[in-house]
Amino acid sequence: MQRALVLRRTRSITRRLIVDRAMATLFALATVIAVAPLVLVVAYIVVNGVRGIDLDLVTKLPAPVGEAGGGMANAFVGSAILIAIASAVALPVGILAGVYLSEFGRGRFAATLRFLTDVLTGIPSIVVGIVAYTLVVVPFRSFSALSGGLALSIIMIPTVTRTTEEALKRVPTTIREASLALGVHEWKTVLRIVIPTGLGGIVTGVMLAIARISGETAPLLFTAFGSSFWGEGPLKPIAAVPLQIFQYAISPYKEWHDQAWAAALVLMLFVLVLNVGIRSVTRTGFQSRGV
Amino acid sequence: MRQRIRPEGQRMSARATTVAAAQTGRPEGPDAHAAVRIEHVSAWYGTRQAIDDVTLGIPPHTVTAIIGPSGCGKSTLIRCVDRMHEVTPGARVEGTVRLGEVDLYAPGSDPVLVRSMVGMVFQKPNPFPTMSVYDNVAAGPRLRGERVSRGDLDDLVERNLRRAALWDEVKGKLGRSGATLSGGQQQRLCIARALATDPAVLLMDEPCSALDPIATYRIEELIRELAAEVTIVIVTHNMQQASRVSEWTAFMLAGDDGIGRLVELDRTEQIFTKPSDPRTEAYITGRFG
Amino acid sequence: MADTAFRRVSFVFGVLIVALVALMVYEMAQQSSLSMRTFGPAFLTSTTWDPQHRAFGALPFIYGTVVSSVLALVIATPISLGVAIFLVEMSPNWLGNVISAVVELLAAIPSVLLGLWGIFVMVPFLQRYVEPALQTAFPGVPLFDGAPYGVGLLAAGLILAIMIVPTIVAISRDVMASVPIAQREGMLALGATKWETTRRAVLPYARSGIVGAMVLGLGRALGETMAVTMVIGNRPVISPSLLDPSYTMASVIANEFTEATYELYVSALIEIGLVLFAVTILMNAAARLLVARTARGMPVAP
Repeated sequence: MQRALVLRRTRSITRRLIVDRAMATLFALATVIAVAPLVLVVAYIVVNGVRGIDLDLVTKLPAPVGEAGGGMANAFVGSAILIAIASAVALPVGILAGVYLSEFGRGRFAATLRFLTDVLTGIPSIVVGIVAYTLVVVPFRSFSALSGGLALSIIMIPTVTRTTEEALKRVPTTIREASLALGVHEWKTVLRIVIPTGLGGIVTGVMLAIARISGETAPLLFTAFGSSFWGEGPLKPIAAVPLQIFQYAISPYKEWHDQAWAAALVLMLFVLVLNVGIRSVTRTGFQSRGV
Repeated sequence: MRQRIRPEGQRMSARATTVAAAQTGRPEGPDAHAAVRIEHVSAWYGTRQAIDDVTLGIPPHTVTAIIGPSGCGKSTLIRCVDRMHEVTPGARVEGTVRLGEVDLYAPGSDPVLVRSMVGMVFQKPNPFPTMSVYDNVAAGPRLRGERVSRGDLDDLVERNLRRAALWDEVKGKLGRSGATLSGGQQQRLCIARALATDPAVLLMDEPCSALDPIATYRIEELIRELAAEVTIVIVTHNMQQASRVSEWTAFMLAGDDGIGRLVELDRTEQIFTKPSDPRTEAYITGRFG
Repeated sequence: MADTAFRRVSFVFGVLIVALVALMVYEMAQQSSLSMRTFGPAFLTSTTWDPQHRAFGALPFIYGTVVSSVLALVIATPISLGVAIFLVEMSPNWLGNVISAVVELLAAIPSVLLGLWGIFVMVPFLQRYVEPALQTAFPGVPLFDGAPYGVGLLAAGLILAIMIVPTIVAISRDVMASVPIAQREGMLALGATKWETTRRAVLPYARSGIVGAMVLGLGRALGETMAVTMVIGNRPVISPSLLDPSYTMASVIANEFTEATYELYVSALIEIGLVLFAVTILMNAAARLLVARTARGMPVAP
């Protein structure tokens, strides 16, 4: 009787262990499948892009169609300008709103604000482009660097706000109290003690936001619009790297395809280096600061 | 420099004031010469009352310990003294606290100014992590925007690190982050930081609870030394500590309603040998708490 | 007083963000009102998109958006859950950290770069190998009917799946990791295998969070623009075949906005944007509620 029971359990255990093994294999396989696209995309961009990388790419203007050579220096400069405009708008708004949420953010308004920043994160970037178009392009009657920068800033703001809030909330209350107990005003405590202590987290958030907007294309299609020349001021169209990659990729010209790959390689390296750099720094540097 | 309000009666000889306080520093009648007079203070966190109607005179230029089981409101009480209690969202205070003749809760009294007259040392050492040892000590005057010349600031830093018995250990590394010091050194750094504000009263909220016995011993030694120049109130749950460092001891206890009240204030030796209230006796002989 | 002023200033910046969202809604509604008045609700059900004859119906785009996104979800969900289970329940810590980091990097790759790879690598591969193979395997099935162009719903679904895997993995991983150890140990003590523990103790507990992760992934897919625009073929037709070109709401805005020469055309495109806006907000709100429910530790009845 006893033996039969043991035997039966042993048999069922063998089957259950086989199922267990099979599922484990499946999950490992799923992991390989999920990681594969990153490897493939990176590999193709490196292989196809490396050929087109030369000094011309970052120093020369685009050559006319059909002519060999030329570069997209204007797009690199344009992207830098757009990121600068976006940061100039988004950093003050995002950081101060983050300060509000972390230091004073209680009650219904703060809850609404948190919800709306989350909503803002989820809005498709093309929709942001439409809004920047109606708010800036239409009144100024021209596609412009300004409108592109504003579109990117709308994408940046929620990330900066929430990471600032998170970073400041991690600053221990005792640090705030130490400052207040010295007879230091609240605003000075926030600016001189709390923000510097949480700076690592804020910088991380800002860097991640910059990495994200440097690759954004959709909101620039009808704001920055693109250009084959150097920018002519904030109220004129301006080139941008991701925009140029898109326009070249859907063009029929082989030379342009090659340049698109080359620019893609530069953009990808920029984004990946920012991301990997930030992650390795945040894991070792900022956390071990004894905060 | 910011105008400082100096309580009267602070410059009396230590002995004279101690005697005066001994006669009248009982909960029933706070003494006119007390450095700090807590008058009918009740405090709330939101709707929960933490302490009820505490009246207490803190004798000047000596160490007063506040003891009692956890949850009796002793930390809350000293946080009312430098108006730190109201920093907690939803927290509220009734009654008042006088520093000498100055009513700290008078309408128009600025809590920021109050805190610059009263020093506070916290349970866990909390040096500013982004600042060097030097900057930590100089933080008070600097952040309050007082104009101090570099030379004066150097003097201030050295003087207060010496007062906190830390100078010899850190004089070669003033530029290092305060967070690199050991726990006991960090706590003495926090004491130096509080002293650099030149406070009339130094409040210490279980300053040794996060430290090892040797670091604790050094802080206790320091507390006794400092008593000559500044009035100290120390909250502790450690009765041995209270008997080692303090001249006066106040005992607080939470009632069945969870609200803390003052049981009695007396000379430390009195409290630990023949307390007048049976509840104090029960506590110090370990019958509860 | 300075402190009050400081509070007010930071509050004002908070208000600014609220105002920004309100302004976005207002602008979109305002700018699409012409189209709304002209077409009414029929805008969403009409299949004709003919700018030359001032006829605008959004159904082909809605169809393309929904089908490509749902396809992406169908592909991405099992893979993502597999990865999440692997990360939380099976892999050693160091490997889990590496894989998590790699998956997060995948999320960081700009959409336009995936689109570039899609056009030049994935689409030709689909056209040459995958689509003919599907047609041989399922002859006559309408889902795989028509000429293998490479570009089309299948390509869009695949590229979207790549893009939403990191979202679903990250959230379902966190949700599963938040399942109390006691739940697992209870099962293991009964003699359950690792998989049985996962299936009986972890997945039911994490269910609403996982659904939230899927909804969030779906929301991301619906609004995704560049990569999809580059591989979907951009033709406003409703076809049952996954191999046929299609069009999405985001891509029609991307492609035609600068070419829209008259007010009604622009207005119609903005109305599509408004619909997209509303749908993604709803999806986000729903997803966050679902995830918050698991995070608060409420087990969900199976």
